[in-house]
Amino acid sequence: MTLQTTLTRLQTARHRRRSAHARAVAGLSAALALAFLITLCVGQSVTPPGDVLRVLAGIDVPGASFTVGQLRLPRVVLAVLSGLSFGLGGAAFQVMLRNPLASPDIIGINAGASAAAVFAIVTLSLGAPWVAIMAVVAGLAVAAAIFGLSFGDGISGGRLILVGIGVSAMLDSAIAFLLAQAPAWDLQQAMRWLTGSLNGATLDQALWPALALATCGSLLIGQRRGLEMLRLGEDTAAALGTDVARTRLIVILTAVGIIAVATAITGPIAFVAFLSGPIAARIVGPRGSVLIPAALVGALLVLAGDFAGQFLLPGRYPVGVVTGAIGAPYLIFLIIRANKTGAT
Amino acid sequence: MPDNTLSARDLSSGYGERMIFQGLNLQIPAGRITAIVGANACGKSTLLRTMSRLIAPKAGQVLLDGKSIHAMSPRHLARTLGLLPQSPIAPEGITVADLVGRGRHPHQGFLSRWTARDDQAVAEALQATGTQDLAERAVDELSGGQRQRVWIAMALAQQTDLLLLDEPTTYLDICHQVEVLDLLVDLNRARATTVVMVLHDLNLAARYADHLVAMRAGSIDAVGPPDQVLTRDMVRRVFGLDSMVISDPASGRPLMLPLGRHGVAQPAARSA
Ligand SMILES: Nc1ncnc2c1ncn2[C@@H]1O[C@H](COP(=O)(O)OP(=O)(O)OP(=O)(O)O)[C@@H](O)[C@H]1O
Ligand SMILES: [Mg+2]
Repeated sequence: MTLQTTLTRLQTARHRRRSAHARAVAGLSAALALAFLITLCVGQSVTPPGDVLRVLAGIDVPGASFTVGQLRLPRVVLAVLSGLSFGLGGAAFQVMLRNPLASPDIIGINAGASAAAVFAIVTLSLGAPWVAIMAVVAGLAVAAAIFGLSFGDGISGGRLILVGIGVSAMLDSAIAFLLAQAPAWDLQQAMRWLTGSLNGATLDQALWPALALATCGSLLIGQRRGLEMLRLGEDTAAALGTDVARTRLIVILTAVGIIAVATAITGPIAFVAFLSGPIAARIVGPRGSVLIPAALVGALLVLAGDFAGQFLLPGRYPVGVVTGAIGAPYLIFLIIRANKTGAT
Repeated sequence: MPDNTLSARDLSSGYGERMIFQGLNLQIPAGRITAIVGANACGKSTLLRTMSRLIAPKAGQVLLDGKSIHAMSPRHLARTLGLLPQSPIAPEGITVADLVGRGRHPHQGFLSRWTARDDQAVAEALQATGTQDLAERAVDELSGGQRQRVWIAMALAQQTDLLLLDEPTTYLDICHQVEVLDLLVDLNRARATTVVMVLHDLNLAARYADHLVAMRAGSIDAVGPPDQVLTRDMVRRVFGLDSMVISDPASGRPLMLPLGRHGVAQPAARSA
């Protein structure tokens, strides 16, 4: 084969790869927009899309303004924001550590943020900004502790995941303890801080996750080429000019930031961070960064999970129960596979 | 005009508390081919990784044209100096073309995207390693030898003036070993690329290298042209092996024939 034919083939293949990635992102965005509209239209009653759009435009529609504007909209907006945060942050960790089990919700970062939020809200009765700040600080502290405890085994070692699972279990019992100490113990609260829930969402809660996504989220997406290089392993990534330590630091800080802020409001919605990356990778294939597709998948998962929990299942369940039921079998599958191949 | 001289000065390196080598001095001749040989675990990979900025030295310096490489930006260094690690990791499902294309990373700016020059470099690297027909295959579906050639293609696509390769011929059959080494010589002749490679085959090292470095337990045992370095004494000191060194009739370079306890007319004593 001549150089020229190789060149032409390479170019066609590259264009095909690029447009396949763009198509996947466009498809997922369209699906998210559609799911957003559907979940605004459908509830106990069905509101015509026209009325929904009018409510969104700020026009008062008798009969729809309350249901759509007050009940459904806050829930759906928070579902999208938390789903984007969990999906993006989770995939970033999985790519950085080259292991789907190294997801923040498996290694205790979500649980840490949740424990801090419970402490801030239930025990200290603090307001929203402080809750978010404490959740971020706790998430970073857990990350530091896990990386510290598993040091020496290489950053992607199986030890990190085992340590993380242990830390996660400890934090879950801390959450249960804090809730049991609380004067006004109630099941809704407990569900939120242990598995995540959108019950009682209000629109003003959306401010913090939106800000976190706009700042930390975009910084994180800015690291996607560095993250792609890290998939080649530290040595090759560094040999190809990636500043490995810097990329890792930015990824950890920003991913923990968005995840902790979302957790401070919705609780650690079970397994969304863990599932989004692998699902997105299935959809886009090995064609470049999985970060944005994973964020979109995360939002879809939370939207669909919450909708199913409210209207599709017999009885009403918080979103985390639904996503947990989807995620747990996948976790078991991964652990069995890791056991078989001898790798974690 | 940089002359691309790479050297280690009083270099100490290791992992955590453990030192692998200390106070090591080494000058890599620019525009030549250097082969590093030595027993397993003597520190060859550690030396290569420290000399390419993958490990920060505990003491001393690695100088490229007189400047410490640890003071240079990673991207800047990666445009001049390339390294192929001993066991690189291929992301699941990645295609050959995509992987080789990653070699272009240091040449792409923060904003600038893929250019025609990148395509050209990738195509040339694929041609040179004979992997052009594999371009759209997934790397994890290739044989060990095919995969090794793809990794070399990635290092070639980086188009650096200095190229460090950690055991580039592992997994390759003898024909492909010779092909890879020939390719490195071509590269060296055509572009004056400085090549440094870790090799386990002493005879191929002597055949292809202009400069031989023999390492033993974290220090340099011998360094110089192959006919001075590849000697019976060196083989005994570095590998603890009895041998005969004759002149290679095909090249005039030294040729080492190992003498084990079996399979030879005059077997080696039990503890040579
Ligand atoms: N990442 C690491 N962490 C800790 N110790 C390491 C690490 N990599 C290598 N070592 C140790 O450093 C020593 C030198 O290893 P190195 O990889 O440099 O040897 P080598 O000469 O390349 O051997 P080989 O021929 O087997 O590739 C060995 O004792 C090894 O166990
Ligand atoms: Mg080695």
